[in-house]
Amino acid sequence: MLMENRLRILRAERSWSQQDLAERLEVSRQSVNAIETGKYDPSLPLAFRIAELFDLPIEEIFVSPARHSSKAI
Amino acid sequence: MLPNPAMKRYNTRMIRLCLVYAAFLLVAIYSFSHHLVGGPAAYVVAMLPALPIIGVFASVGRYLVEEADEYLRMLMIRQTLWASGLALSLATIWGFLESFDLVGHIDSYYVAVLWFLGLGVGAVMNRLTLGSTVKC
Repeated sequence: MLMENRLRILRAERSWSQQDLAERLEVSRQSVNAIETGKYDPSLPLAFRIAELFDLPIEEIFVSPARHSSKAI
Repeated sequence: MLPNPAMKRYNTRMIRLCLVYAAFLLVAIYSFSHHLVGGPAAYVVAMLPALPIIGVFASVGRYLVEEADEYLRMLMIRQTLWASGLALSLATIWGFLESFDLVGHIDSYYVAVLWFLGLGVGAVMNRLTLGSTVKC
């Protein structure tokens, strides 16, 4: 089960393109796109880099799958 | 687009290995067709073209070690899994068919060819399932 996230919203709030975000995170644009579209969950180190870039706790960017499914129930 | 140093080094290594393969293959074919080698030297010359092919496998492994982008690394790992699964499965099937005299003999180095084809299949599968592939 892949995690949902708010990466696209956070990026849009700053008017960054996927390429802008990729350069800030030092990853490929493909990586940013895959994470945003929920096709790939980042490793913990990359999730921390994302959280530090947006100055937010990880859980405000990535939604815990367990918490998400319990809300759905 | 950010430059990808690991992929650049991978491509450079692949080009060099292809050139070495062509050179070694020509040397081996020439040596055997002109009966220039015999004894232990024949084994060494016969194995020459295999060395750059082994280098290609090592090069893929090296790329996986050097690639800093974890998503691109995952894409290549998926490609190599497809390649290995395809090559080993087809080689196993052919081996049994050959054992029961249902098909002719194929030189075993074609497993490497199947593996390289499998990398392409893996790239297509990455495109179909994830929408992206490792860009060379």
